[in-house]
Amino acid sequence: MVTSAADGGASPAVLLENLVFRRPGRSRPVLDIPAFAARRGEQVFIAGPSGSGKSTLLGLVSGILVPSEGSVSVNGTRLNDLGGAQRDAFRGDHIGIVFQQFNLIPYLSVLENVLIPCRFSLLRRARAAAQAGSPRQAARTLLERLDMPPALWDRKARLLSVGQQQRTAAARALIGSPSVLIADEPTSSLDADRRAGFLRLLLGECAASGATLLFVSHDPALADVFPAALFLPELNRAPGEDAA
Amino acid sequence: MTRLGYLVFLAAQSAWNRRGTLLLIVFSIALSTTLLLGLERVRKQMRESFVQAVSGTDLVIGARGGDMQLVLYAIFHLGGAANNMGYQSAREIAQKPEVAWAVPLSLGDSHKGFPVVATSEDFFRHYRFRGDRQPTFAQGKAFASVFEVVLGAEAAKKLGYALGHKLLLSHGSGGTRATEHTDMPFAVSGILAATGTPVDRSLFISLAGMEAVHLNWRSGAPIPGLHITPEQAIKFGLEPQSITALLVGLKKRSRVFALQQEIQAWKAEPLTGVMPGVALDRLWSMVDTGERALLFVSALVTVTGLAGLAAAILAGLGERRRELAVLRAAGARPADILILPACEALLLLTVGTACGVAVLGGLIAALGPILAEKYGFFLRLSPPETGEWLVLGGIFLAGFLAGLIPAFRAYRMSLSDGLTISV
Repeated sequence: MVTSAADGGASPAVLLENLVFRRPGRSRPVLDIPAFAARRGEQVFIAGPSGSGKSTLLGLVSGILVPSEGSVSVNGTRLNDLGGAQRDAFRGDHIGIVFQQFNLIPYLSVLENVLIPCRFSLLRRARAAAQAGSPRQAARTLLERLDMPPALWDRKARLLSVGQQQRTAAARALIGSPSVLIADEPTSSLDADRRAGFLRLLLGECAASGATLLFVSHDPALADVFPAALFLPELNRAPGEDAA
Repeated sequence: MTRLGYLVFLAAQSAWNRRGTLLLIVFSIALSTTLLLGLERVRKQMRESFVQAVSGTDLVIGARGGDMQLVLYAIFHLGGAANNMGYQSAREIAQKPEVAWAVPLSLGDSHKGFPVVATSEDFFRHYRFRGDRQPTFAQGKAFASVFEVVLGAEAAKKLGYALGHKLLLSHGSGGTRATEHTDMPFAVSGILAATGTPVDRSLFISLAGMEAVHLNWRSGAPIPGLHITPEQAIKFGLEPQSITALLVGLKKRSRVFALQQEIQAWKAEPLTGVMPGVALDRLWSMVDTGERALLFVSALVTVTGLAGLAAAILAGLGERRRELAVLRAAGARPADILILPACEALLLLTVGTACGVAVLGGLIAALGPILAEKYGFFLRLSPPETGEWLVLGGIFLAGFLAGLIPAFRAYRMSLSDGLTISV
């Protein structure tokens, strides 16, 4: 299991240094970020139009992508130094992810979906068990706090409304208290009312578990509810291109 | 639940979720399994069933003609009658010093579709099947008089006759009333225990009995107006002029070639001596061509089924890219993603082959008795044997290899997609 460097929690939750990312076979970088840091427990809103490299940035922080130059560190661990399987394990242990949509395995129940990270990460399974007695109980507690009625818990995910799906996804990302939560446009498939409600729940739960939140969206209007907001094109020196 | 256990669970859930499509794949795998296993079973048991029916006989002697035809007709009652051989020749051969035993057979009559074999009491003493087994009587004893008959186990069961029951023989293999030997009924003197050979489907009478029912026959038809009662018949000599074949066992097996040559050069009439094993080998080599063609077609069906398996899983992957990304986000390695389609392939193979084995069992249970009745060929309902395990293993291996195609595709997709899928 990969744990953070022995710095007593002093290192930033997310640290990017001289980060350059090019797609294979391209010479022009998609991302070129000289420096970025997020403190532990910080809730950062990152705005940027589509094609500005938001998803690429999240791929790098989650260890799915590897930078062409520079480094990505999470809780003091340089992801560059890890092998592929180690990065996957690190992501499973320390990072929770909520996508824009299609967050769930459609044929599994709500509870089984929330439990997925506990299936791949021993650390999160142990933490969830320590917090609530068992991973399953931890999942129930989270679902309850995210306003998911118990009647839905055993329902197949494909039968849920979009709002219910996103709340289930948030519970899945939060179970076992990962230290970093990554949210990639999680509200863009919700209508305005539900969007505010979902944001309130997500931010509240992140604060409760002390998780660092990186929240990216093309919608600058959401920035108001975050203590810190960034505009990705200002951070990124690479000229915007067709990146998804 | 271990990680692998969880992946198997996910693969099973996912497959169940797409069961409509996958059912067709399971069906085609089951069909392939039934075909290939069935072919193997029929091939093996047909050979066994034939070889076991003549295990103690060194030579089958008959009038010169088709060797294979002689064996098939004399032992298995298949095909048409060959020419007869003289009874005098048979007696001379039986008295040769190297001959341990000789059993004459005379065929041609039947009872309700069951062949009637005229022979001597020596048949029950010397005939051997399945290694060194001897026919035994379940009830009663061998025929002691001219108008007694012994029933094979299957014939007794099907006809429902008990000891003492009187029956009429028909001329030829048909069962029509017009050609029945109505004057002379035969009484059941004994019923044999089951042997798993054509004996089970046969009725046995003495050679004298066969002579008696044909006393008033010339050239294959009754002589009009001539009626002979059983009492009158017994007064005739009842010595047969000719028989269909003579089964011979030797004191020393090594003498078989010498005797065969002697038979081949028989002065009184053109005879032939056939080693049943050799004749059957020749039969198999003829059957082989057909078997190989069937095997080829079955193999094609299997390949088509397995290609369908790979295609169905591949098609499923397209819809499942999101799922795979969700699992990756939760810490699944690309190697885990590779395992999912491979598991799915194995699950489908397991269900498909199991269904195939079950269908084959059902078919054998349903068709086995018909085969035994029509062709005297016994197909047993038994667990898979070595050859069949090899066939099953082959299907599994080929199916697993086919499953690796979608598995590697999923692996590469999960590497290139990462968390961002442009759907």
